Amino acid sequence: MAATVSPTSLESAPRIMRLVAECSRSRARAGELRLPHGPVATPVFMPVGTQATMKGITAEQLDALGCRICLGNTYHLGLRPGPELIQKAHGLHGFMNWPHNLLTDSGGFQMVSLVSLSEVTEEGVRFRSPYDGDETLLSPEKSVEIQNALGSDIIMQLDDVVSSTVTGPRVEEAMYRSIRWLDRCIAAHQRPDKQNLFAIIQGGLDADLRTTCLEEMTKRDVPGFAIGGLSGGESKGQFWRMVALSTSRLPKDKPRYLMGVGYATDLVVCVALGCDMFDCVFPTRTARFGSALVPTGNLQLKKKQYEKDFRPIDNDCACPTCQKHSRAFLHALLHSDNTAALHHLTVHNIAYQLQLMSAVRASIVEKRFPDFVRDFMGTMYGDPTLCPTWATEALASVGITLS
Amino acid sequence: THQTLHTIHGLPAMAQLTLSSLAEHHEALAEYKEGIGKFIGMPELLLYCSLHDPVSPCPAGYVTNKSVSVWGLGGRVEMTASKFMAIQQALQPDWFQCLSDGEVNCEEATSIKRARKSVDRSLLFLDNCLRLQEESEVLRRSAIIGVIEGGDVMEERLRSARETAKRPVGGFLLDGFQGNPATQETRLHLLSSVTAELPEDKPRLICGVSRPDEVLECIERGVDLFESFFPYQVTERGCALTFSFDYQPNPEETLLQQNGIQEEIKYVDQTKKIKTTSCNQEMTSFEINLKEKKYQEDFDPLVRGCSCYCCKNHTRAYIHHLLVTNELLAGVLLMMHNFEHYFGFFHSIREALKSDRLAQLKELIRRQAS
Repeated sequence: MAATVSPTSLESAPRIMRLVAECSRSRARAGELRLPHGPVATPVFMPVGTQATMKGITAEQLDALGCRICLGNTYHLGLRPGPELIQKAHGLHGFMNWPHNLLTDSGGFQMVSLVSLSEVTEEGVRFRSPYDGDETLLSPEKSVEIQNALGSDIIMQLDDVVSSTVTGPRVEEAMYRSIRWLDRCIAAHQRPDKQNLFAIIQGGLDADLRTTCLEEMTKRDVPGFAIGGLSGGESKGQFWRMVALSTSRLPKDKPRYLMGVGYATDLVVCVALGCDMFDCVFPTRTARFGSALVPTGNLQLKKKQYEKDFRPIDNDCACPTCQKHSRAFLHALLHSDNTAALHHLTVHNIAYQLQLMSAVRASIVEKRFPDFVRDFMGTMYGDPTLCPTWATEALASVGITLS
Repeated sequence: THQTLHTIHGLPAMAQLTLSSLAEHHEALAEYKEGIGKFIGMPELLLYCSLHDPVSPCPAGYVTNKSVSVWGLGGRVEMTASKFMAIQQALQPDWFQCLSDGEVNCEEATSIKRARKSVDRSLLFLDNCLRLQEESEVLRRSAIIGVIEGGDVMEERLRSARETAKRPVGGFLLDGFQGNPATQETRLHLLSSVTAELPEDKPRLICGVSRPDEVLECIERGVDLFESFFPYQVTERGCALTFSFDYQPNPEETLLQQNGIQEEIKYVDQTKKIKTTSCNQEMTSFEINLKEKKYQEDFDPLVRGCSCYCCKNHTRAYIHHLLVTNELLAGVLLMMHNFEHYFGFFHSIREALKSDRLAQLKELIRRQAS
């Protein structure tokens, strides 16, 4: 793949990203985001706390794990408890008492996840509430208005999201509409000095559409860009190519946020492809099913094989769960009617993701990222050559070979 | 989790575990060898192992002359004295309730015959367990708590107390004094008579009693240790303990509190009919129900002046939101508050006893009881 030149950004957009190091082979970068509620080291994984809470763990626990930015969801919070109440509570930060940074999604993804309850027009997305049957219209203006009330440090534009498995004219329509909606969001944004509005690149799995979107959106004056419309049901081969295409055309001096990613392997590969920020419900969701993340994959702790396994989940993990508890204990707890096991695993899985990102970052800063990737793949797959094809290809495209 | 548990001030040095939840894990624990305290990551706590979980009632009809059953998630675990002691050997708790026949208490009316059987069986179990304890070095490190049975029959209760007191037990569990308020007075009378027979220098535990008003009545009659399931039940129904145990406040505070209490009592009268979900118990007047709409915009802490993590960091409005959205954190935060509040209550009991002001505390609690 030929190296492409990133367009220069407009002068007036706030520069919230400071690059600290770049990998000389791949597109990986280490940096620092300067946000209203404190600095955030990148690459960063942001845990998802949809309804103003991180699924059973306290703000103090999350802070102790080193998390400095997490997600809230506009669609859910807009319904319950609603923006007026949150505003009275001094914003989402005040409401949940989170001292660090928050990023709110616009509600766009719910268009896909709740597709049976929604209808998209140029105006916006009409949702039927699952709670009381009421209809709400989420327009670009409304989404920004809610996010202004929430007061999150990074807010996302409302985009027209289609599932990545959709093909045909709908994809093109959604892409152009997203651009128009971006402009409407920018116009409606009341607090550009306190909240950073990110654009979201769409275009599905079509290289031409995506390129057009990139060209257009990078003309807009925003502090950061997200790569959207991926991490749905598409094949990994298509996935990485769209990510790579996107990063090749996004400005270097602004953060790249890959939405909905994910699994450890995906994180490492996409850092190599030039992404800085990630979010995914996977680690917290899988914890609630009794699954603990480890460098070799995951442990299904409900299984009988762990009944007498007195080791911690991961010997090298510094999280409170691994410091205090054994797999056998967690196994027993998972077979009780007590929810404590879920909390222990949530703590561990978040720690795992954050520790992974820290390690990635350190390797970039210390100029040994390609070696790190090889080690990581070796641990995960037994042998670097046993790494999935798509990952091998993706890494090769940015100059990292695994054998 | 351990992290959140240790933010609670006034955490007692002793925790209760139930055999009903642990018996099934006997094998794994035996292989672990180092005891349940270490296994659960709480080696610093003293542990008392009871037979049953106070929150889950035991199905009747499963005690025989030779065995007692507990009910775990996987079903019934039947234990003879030797199996019971083998399990305790694997658990290695600091104290454990001896195998006993508590079934007489599950029945409506106790016949003298049934009461007598409960005492006889329990004494037999006790003697068997003590004998087995002698043969094991590991078991000798634990203290066996003798169980006082006898239903509602005074003669049998006294016999149980006197006979159990003759054995080398570490303390006494007063079983079967919980139950419906109709028979409360009789039971309290029985309780006084029983404790009068017990040595002063050994602890008296009671099971099934956890409400603040009932706790005080038992303390007056010589009981020392209680189970903390009341704050748990309060949490499960989405409520927070708010009753006052400050029996010597400054006059300004008293006025504020009284006004506060009046309001709560008024409201509770109207809302007592609210159906609670997972808990079959009705809400008491010692608590507020955070699911109520009036808390939606209430930015006060659960209890003003409370030093628990929840009150120092969060508002009633936030807890309300978490409950409405069915978030796991609701239970975590409420439990932290309810434990701290409850342990604070016990602290005030101890202080009141030391300064001979128990009557004042009792009056304060009585005023708040529904």
